[in-house]
Amino acid sequence: MRYAMAIDTKKCVGCSDCVVACQTENNVPIGYCRDWVVEVMDGTYPQLEVELRSERCNHCENAPCVRCCPTGASHIVDGGIVLVTPNKCIGCGACIASCPYDARYPHPKGYVDKCTFCIHRVNQGMKPACVSVCPTKCMYFGDLDDPNSEVSIVLKKRKSKTLIPEAGTKPHLYFLI
Amino acid sequence: MATRRQFIRISAMGAGAVMAGAAGLRLLASEITDGRKASYVALTGRTPTYCEVCFWKCAGWVYKDEKGSIKKIIGNSEDQNCNGRFCPRGTGGVGMYHDEDRLKTPLIRTEERGKQSFREASWEEAFDYIAEKIKVISAEHGPECIALFTHGSGGKYFSTLLKAMGSPHIAAPSYAQCRGPREVAFQATFGETIESPERTDIRDTRCLVLIGSHLGENMHNGQVQEMSDAIDKGASIITVDPRFSTVAGKSKFWLPIKPATDLALLLAWINVIINEELYDKAYVEKYTYGFEYLKAHVKNMTPEWAYGITTIDPTMIRETAREMANAAPAVIVHPGRHVTWYGDDTQRLRAVAILNALLGSWGRRGGFYRPESFELPEPVHPPYPTPKRSWRTEFPDLYKMADTVLANGLCDATIPDPSRHCQFQGWIVNGTNLIETLPNQENTLKAIQALQLLVVIDTMPMEITGWADVVLPECTYLERFDDIRVGPHRRPQIALRAPAAEPMYDTRPAFWMARELAKRLDLIDYFPFEKLEDQLDWQLKQVGSSLEEMMRIGVKTFDRSYDDLYFAPDEDVEFYTPTGKIELYSTSLEEAGYDPLPKYTAHEEPPPGFYRLNYGRAPMHTFSRTSNNPNLTDLMDENSVWVNPRVAKEWGLSTGQYIHLVNQDGKRSEFPIKVRVTERIRWDSVYMVHGFGHDDKRLRRCYGKGASDTNLITKVHVDPVMGGTGMRGNFVTFVTDLSGEEVMS
Repeated sequence: MRYAMAIDTKKCVGCSDCVVACQTENNVPIGYCRDWVVEVMDGTYPQLEVELRSERCNHCENAPCVRCCPTGASHIVDGGIVLVTPNKCIGCGACIASCPYDARYPHPKGYVDKCTFCIHRVNQGMKPACVSVCPTKCMYFGDLDDPNSEVSIVLKKRKSKTLIPEAGTKPHLYFLI
Repeated sequence: MATRRQFIRISAMGAGAVMAGAAGLRLLASEITDGRKASYVALTGRTPTYCEVCFWKCAGWVYKDEKGSIKKIIGNSEDQNCNGRFCPRGTGGVGMYHDEDRLKTPLIRTEERGKQSFREASWEEAFDYIAEKIKVISAEHGPECIALFTHGSGGKYFSTLLKAMGSPHIAAPSYAQCRGPREVAFQATFGETIESPERTDIRDTRCLVLIGSHLGENMHNGQVQEMSDAIDKGASIITVDPRFSTVAGKSKFWLPIKPATDLALLLAWINVIINEELYDKAYVEKYTYGFEYLKAHVKNMTPEWAYGITTIDPTMIRETAREMANAAPAVIVHPGRHVTWYGDDTQRLRAVAILNALLGSWGRRGGFYRPESFELPEPVHPPYPTPKRSWRTEFPDLYKMADTVLANGLCDATIPDPSRHCQFQGWIVNGTNLIETLPNQENTLKAIQALQLLVVIDTMPMEITGWADVVLPECTYLERFDDIRVGPHRRPQIALRAPAAEPMYDTRPAFWMARELAKRLDLIDYFPFEKLEDQLDWQLKQVGSSLEEMMRIGVKTFDRSYDDLYFAPDEDVEFYTPTGKIELYSTSLEEAGYDPLPKYTAHEEPPPGFYRLNYGRAPMHTFSRTSNNPNLTDLMDENSVWVNPRVAKEWGLSTGQYIHLVNQDGKRSEFPIKVRVTERIRWDSVYMVHGFGHDDKRLRRCYGKGASDTNLITKVHVDPVMGGTGMRGNFVTFVTDLSGEEVMS
C-alpha cells in the first residue's frame, strides 16, 4: 500500500480552505500550518500564467527527514506515510533542515510537527481533512498500488509533476498540470 | 439637534474591567430573563447550523472536542449550497466564536465633563434607554423616522420590530452598495431577479463569461464548486478583467479590458451576435420583445468601434462572441454580484441580460435555471400599521426603479436639509459596519451626528460601534437559534441553525433583544412565541417536520411544487414584464423615463499620475467582518496594493514597501499599505482587497493593518435608475515618504 495525493492546479483557486481545515482537524496552533498555498506567476502583462497549488509534506519514499533523525522519532509507517512520534522527538531540527520542501515546523510544545495525511481519518476509511473540505474538489487521495483508487485513475489520465524531483526523494505528492 | 457625537474606542475601558463587569451583570441579567439558556445545547455529538460568515448560508455540522469546546465545522452533504464542503471562511467560522476581542456586555454612551465614553450596562438598562428614546422620537417625529440597516440573520427580528412600530425604513446595503443594479436589470428584462444563491446553472454550462467577477476570489461556495465541475467537464471560461484574476488564470480567453469600458464590449458582442446571425432565432422570435429596435440600436457598435474604447482587439471580440454562440444555450454571461461600479450599472447589467436573451440561455440547461424556495408559514400576529411617510418622497423623480429601501438614501435623508421633511432621528444597525460599507464616509458621519439615537447590534467592536449610543453584544451564530433557511435553489430545501454552545460572555441572540424591546414598546403581540425554538418547532410542524427532526438531519429537501428547472421545448412562458415577453427593449425603463436600450457613455479617466482604484475580495475574508477572526487572520492579516511593474519603476516602488494612497480629493489612507508589484494588474489601475485598515484598537489583531478602500472612495456615481452607489470612479496616487510613522505589521 502506498498512499499518495494528487492536486489539480487547473482547479485550485488558492482559497486556503485546506489550511484552515487542517488546523481545526489537527489542533494546529494559530500561527503555524501543516499545509499552505503557493502561487507561481510567469510572463508579462497580458501574456500571463499563474499556477496555484496546495503544498504539504511529500511523504517521500526516500525521506531525508527519516534518515537524519537521531532518535527515530521520524519514521515511515504502513502505507508510506511519514510520521513523527512527539515523545521521541527532541526538537533538534535536523529534519527541518533536511526537508527540501520546508514541510516541517517546530511545534510550541517542543517537538517537530507536520502533515500526517490525516492518518487517524484514513485508518477509519475517511479522506484527509484537506481533501474532504476542498470546495473545488481539486485534491485526490488514495493508494497507488490500487489501480482503481481515484488517485491512480487521475494520475493515469492526466499529466502530472512532483516538486524538486532532482532531490531524489520520490515524493508521494503529485500536481496535475 | 443632537449633541456632537464623538467616536469612542471601546478600548477606553481595559479588557479586565469589561470582564469583571460582565460577571457582575450576569446575575442581574439572569433575573430578568432566561433568554440566554438554550435548552437544545448539546454537550457531545454534532449540532446543525448554517453559516453566518457570509450570505451564502451553507449548512453544516458543528463538532466539539472532548472538553465540550467548539472544535470544527464541517459541511452538510445534503445541502445544495455547499454539498458537504465549507469554504475557508465557513471552516474558520470557529474563530468568530473563540475571538477574545468580541463585544462582551451592553454599553451605553455617557458624557462626563464634556468627555464622552461608554459605560457597561445591564440589558435592562440598555433596553429601557432605547425604548425611551424610540418613544420620544415616535411622538415628536413619527415612527417612520426610525430606520434599520441590516445584514444577516438577526435583521429579521428587528425588521418585525420596525414594521410593528410603523416604520417601513428597512435597508440592506447588499442592495444599493452591491447587487441592486443586476436585480433591477434582470427584472426589467426577464421579469425575474437573479436572487442569492444565483440561479446560474454553472454545473452544466459549456461557456462561462465573467465580467469583473472574480469567482474563486469571491468564495461563493456553490458557485465556485460548480465552476470547478464545469472545468472538469471541459467548459470554456471567458474572463473580462483589467486584472489577471485567479479565474483569468483558468480561462480560455482573458480580455484585459481598459477599466470602466465594459458596456462598450457588451454592445459590440451584441452587435456581432446579431450581425453574424449567431443568436437563437426561435427563442428570440418566441420569447422576446423589441429585437428590431435592438438591432438598429447596435448597428454601428462594431468590434472596431469597441476596440478604440476597450483596447480589446476586434478579432478577440468576434472570437469570444462565437465561442459563446457555439456553446449556446449552455452559456452564462454571468451577471456578477457586486456591480455598483460607475453609476450606469443598471444599463450595463441590462446589456448582460440582453446578451443572455439573444443566446437563449435563460431557462435553459447550462444557462439560468428556475429556482424554487420553500414556503414556511409565519407566526400569526396583528397586521402591521400603515406607515404614513416614506423615504421616497424625499427624492422626487429619483431612483424610480428601486424596489427596496436604499441604505444610502436613508443616510442622505438623515442629514438635516431645509428641503427635506422626514429627517431620520434614530438608526438601528444590525450586523453591518456602515462606516466601511457606505461610500463617502464623511457623509455617513454627518448623518450620524444628526441622530438622536444610534443602536448597534454586532458581535465585534466594529467602527460603527464607536459611534453608537447603545451597543448590544450579539452572540455568534454558533450560540443561537435563527430562522429556518428557506432560500432558493434547484430543489426547495430548509436548513436549521441551532446553538452548539451557550452564549459566551454577556451576549444574547437578536431574537431575544428585539422581543425585549417589543415588550417595552407594547408591541409584544408581534412576537407571539417567547422562545424562538418554540416558534421554529411550530413552523416546522406545519410542514410535516419538527425541531427534533431538524436537530437530527440539519437539512431537509422537498420536491419541487411547480415548473421544471428549465423551459420545456416550445413551452409557452409568460414573463412578468409589461409585455409578457423578455424585453430586449425595456418598456418599464422607458415608461419611467430611462433609456429603454443601454447606451455607452465614457467615464472619467484618471488624471496624470493617478490610477483607478479597483477593489475586490480575498477567498478567506468576508468584507471587514472577518478581519479580526484568529483563524482567518492567520491566512491573511493585511491587504496590499497591486501595482504594475512599469508603474512601480516610475515611482521607485518595490514589493513589501509601505506607502500611503491619496485620492483625487486629497483623502489620504488612514494607515499605510504594503506594495505588491505584479504583472497581474494593468498599468492604469491599482487593486486592493476590501475590508482592511480597521481603526478601532479593540480589534487587536487587525487594527491598523492595511488600508481601507472605503476610506478612499469619496466620489460616488449614483445610478439614476435605482440609486446604486458606483464606487469605481476614484483615483489614487502614491505617497512614499512615511517618516515618523509607525507601521503595524
